[in-house]
Amino acid sequence: MEATLAEVKETFKSGKTRSVAWRKKQLRALIELIQENEDKLFKALNDDLGKHPTEAYRDEIGVVLKSTDYALSNVEKWAAPKKSPVPLFFFPAKGELLPEPLGVILIFSCWNFPISLALDPLIGAISAGNTVVLKPSDQAPACSSFLANTIPLYLDSKAIKVIEGGAEICERILQHKWEKIFFTGSQQIGRIVMSAAAKHLTPVTLELGGKCPTILDSLSSPSDLKVAVKRIVGSKWGPCSGQACIAIDYLLVEEKLAPTLIELLKKIIKTFYGEIPKESKSIARIVNRNHFERLKNLLKDPLVAASIVHGGSLDEDNLIIEPTILLDPPLDAAIMTEEIFGPLLPIITLRNIQESVEFINSRPKPLAIYAFTKNETLKRRILSETSSGSVTFNDVMIQYLCDTLPFGGVDQSGFGKYHGKYSFDTFSHEKAIMQGSFFPEIEPRYPPWDEFKMKFIRLAYRLDYFGLVLLLLGLKR
Amino acid sequence: MALEVEKEVKKSNEVFDSKAASSLVNELRQSFASGKTRSYKWRVSQLKSVAKLVNDGERDIVDALRSDLSKPEFESVVYEVSMLKNSCKVALKELKRWMSPEKVKTSLTTFPSSAEIVSEPLGVVLVISAWNYPFLLSLDPVIGAIAAGNAVVLKPSEVAPATSSLLAKLLKEYLDSSCVRVVEGAVSETTALLEQKWDKICYTGNGRVGRIVMQAAAKHLTPVLLELGGKSPVVVDSDVNLKVATRRIIAGKWACNNGQACISPDYIITTKEFAPKLVDVLKEELEKFYGKNPLESKDLSRIVNSNHFARLSKLLDDEKVSCKVVHGGERNETDLLIAPTLLLDVPRDSLIMNEEIFGPLLPIITVDKVEESFDIICSGSKPLAAYLFTSNEKLKKQFVMTVSAGGVVINDTTIHLAVHTLPFGGVGESGMGSYHGKFSFDAFSHKKAVVYRSFVGDAAIRYPPYTKGKLRLLKALIGGSILGIIRALFGWS
Repeated sequence: MEATLAEVKETFKSGKTRSVAWRKKQLRALIELIQENEDKLFKALNDDLGKHPTEAYRDEIGVVLKSTDYALSNVEKWAAPKKSPVPLFFFPAKGELLPEPLGVILIFSCWNFPISLALDPLIGAISAGNTVVLKPSDQAPACSSFLANTIPLYLDSKAIKVIEGGAEICERILQHKWEKIFFTGSQQIGRIVMSAAAKHLTPVTLELGGKCPTILDSLSSPSDLKVAVKRIVGSKWGPCSGQACIAIDYLLVEEKLAPTLIELLKKIIKTFYGEIPKESKSIARIVNRNHFERLKNLLKDPLVAASIVHGGSLDEDNLIIEPTILLDPPLDAAIMTEEIFGPLLPIITLRNIQESVEFINSRPKPLAIYAFTKNETLKRRILSETSSGSVTFNDVMIQYLCDTLPFGGVDQSGFGKYHGKYSFDTFSHEKAIMQGSFFPEIEPRYPPWDEFKMKFIRLAYRLDYFGLVLLLLGLKR
Repeated sequence: MALEVEKEVKKSNEVFDSKAASSLVNELRQSFASGKTRSYKWRVSQLKSVAKLVNDGERDIVDALRSDLSKPEFESVVYEVSMLKNSCKVALKELKRWMSPEKVKTSLTTFPSSAEIVSEPLGVVLVISAWNYPFLLSLDPVIGAIAAGNAVVLKPSEVAPATSSLLAKLLKEYLDSSCVRVVEGAVSETTALLEQKWDKICYTGNGRVGRIVMQAAAKHLTPVLLELGGKSPVVVDSDVNLKVATRRIIAGKWACNNGQACISPDYIITTKEFAPKLVDVLKEELEKFYGKNPLESKDLSRIVNSNHFARLSKLLDDEKVSCKVVHGGERNETDLLIAPTLLLDVPRDSLIMNEEIFGPLLPIITVDKVEESFDIICSGSKPLAAYLFTSNEKLKKQFVMTVSAGGVVINDTTIHLAVHTLPFGGVGESGMGSYHGKFSFDAFSHKKAVVYRSFVGDAAIRYPPYTKGKLRLLKALIGGSILGIIRALFGWS
């Protein structure tokens, strides 16, 4: 590992990663990597998580291609210095912001979207001209070894390295000094990563999770309700079977809507996944036995078990959990205090949907809030009274696909942001540059100080040019 | 001195422990939860109060700074009072624009939708400031935190006790004390504060404490803004207007708190050939500015305390450099004064070249060719600022591209600090995050992504059961190829 690190450091020092041509070449190679290995990717994602190729394409391959394309067509613009206007007083000085690469970057990716959560940040790090060490999650071993084997074949292997391994390797990696650490995962590991980073004053971006609530208002039109429920089902059990940081964690609805909602949910689940969901090829499995046990334990509490209104069957051999709906489980049960990260969906009923704002505010800030409503007051309240990484009205998860929006958490759901230009910024230092000339020389800047100089500077700060002229002419007292 | 202050605090029976810190944070958290700090009205009223506080308190501020640092009135007014007034003015003028959501384009993939980025306050933030510009470095971040709608606790540096107590008094008097508070104290108070959960911590100071702050923040997953220092180099080429260059170096070094500033020039790199000329003009201009006996000049700050005086004396007494003094070197331990001191040709392994000087000593390193300076700078940790004096356009370009630093100034020193349109902050060992002007507002805001969708325009391909056809359409959609979309929809591909 020491040798690997020394090599990427050396490569960064050589300056070759700074050229836009190098960056573009790597981005093009990444597109090639994806396109030429699509089948291997489908297989790896199926091996690790049982993802259907369509799901794999929608959530991983497609996402990476789109991001790379976007970066490729914008990187030149992003890397160019930006003029920054400076006050007239400093004339003829010019101000400029020049983005520069940070150096050697460490990316820790996560197992739930093992391809996109590894390559999406990588695109940003490359666009910004850094060298990178990527440490994929060992909990998605097929994808991890795919990345380790394939990346060196396509990308500049002196600048971009993959290190595989588990906790022990992570610990060793973290002892080294990095110029930036980008981490996707849990709060608990996020804390460890940040305290290790503190030793070297390394900035970090933490992409964590949280319990993302979905507010479902009592929509007056049945067709709207149907669209809403379809989007809910599609996003809860679609992407990696609920094992996603921006997946819906629980639903907030008015009491009177609950029976209709449950019926509709059941119906749509059936259309999407058939009578026996575990036989459907359209639903991902639970990543491993640990997580399967964790989810099983969430349902163990008798009061929680009693609140199951749909599903609940567990296939231990194949690690598949049926889409499961719970109605009003106890709020102090683990299922309502921990991030679920799986195919269980609690519905919490409220007397009035406006109460959802207080409900959300009494819990840690989530990565995302979703709200299906046509009520403008409620929208406004959600926007201005709650806090979360993002808010999406009348849909779920699509904020992730929007290159123009920053993606990232707040508070316990993380900090720092990426996607599109934000990825570039995350891996860049914006250097402030001021270019002065030797003329004109402003005498009052220099000691020894006197009254005149004091007056002059006061006026200068106020940008009172007229006053300055009067003062210089000796007309101002 | 730090110890003395700590004793004093204990004496007054106001032990600020972890319990007190926790109840303070809870109180501010409640104020924040009430939503009052989010309103434009509150922010404006508080910013106006800060401006008024600075305006009304100018006399007291100048006095406090004189007591803490013997800072000349001119410097206090220019670098602290006026800078703060300007920060308030900019914030008040721009706040409405900063606060308004930023509309962004959405892509075909998520059509039809609209999106925007909303700036929201982070919550309750902690500002820990430094002693060298104790007013500016306390209130400038506070202005940003208030502009962004946060509740704030300010912990001024105990090393500048007069300013610390003046800040406590003025903030209580002028600002909404349910949301903005000052906690005075030293290590134990700071420790108690750092145990609490904050929504952002802004720390100005050194790398050692910076690490402690970040470590404490990690426990609560709190983002940090660290404004640290470093050895900011000045490269002087031989084709410069020497008089102007030297004056600007002096203005950035000794006229900024006698070198006790994070962006002060730390050392000079110039060519062997040019060095004697540079030294001569520096001496000449120094004498014009500070007279024949600079220890008697009223225009120089003193060294803040005996600890720092001893630290600087040690740098100067290092046997590797004591023979290199070509100008100055006079000291007065009783009054904590050190004269502007130039050292020529100091070896790079000397003490003075291996830590931030933060005082009136200016070593000069000589090289054969000016380009060699780049390697010297790049071999050390990244400084907060890097300065170059030259008329050579190629050299300017090369310097800007290869030298990594928080900020770079060509043909001047330190003035970028006064330009609110430029972000101020370090990189690597010189810190992380930036502030000033809009950047302050952003530093204390969360950028919330917001997407609006309607119920129409639902595409079945998003949903299971998954089929080959859906995969094809999806590929076309994500690729943005219109032709591909049409073909997939008609099942032609």
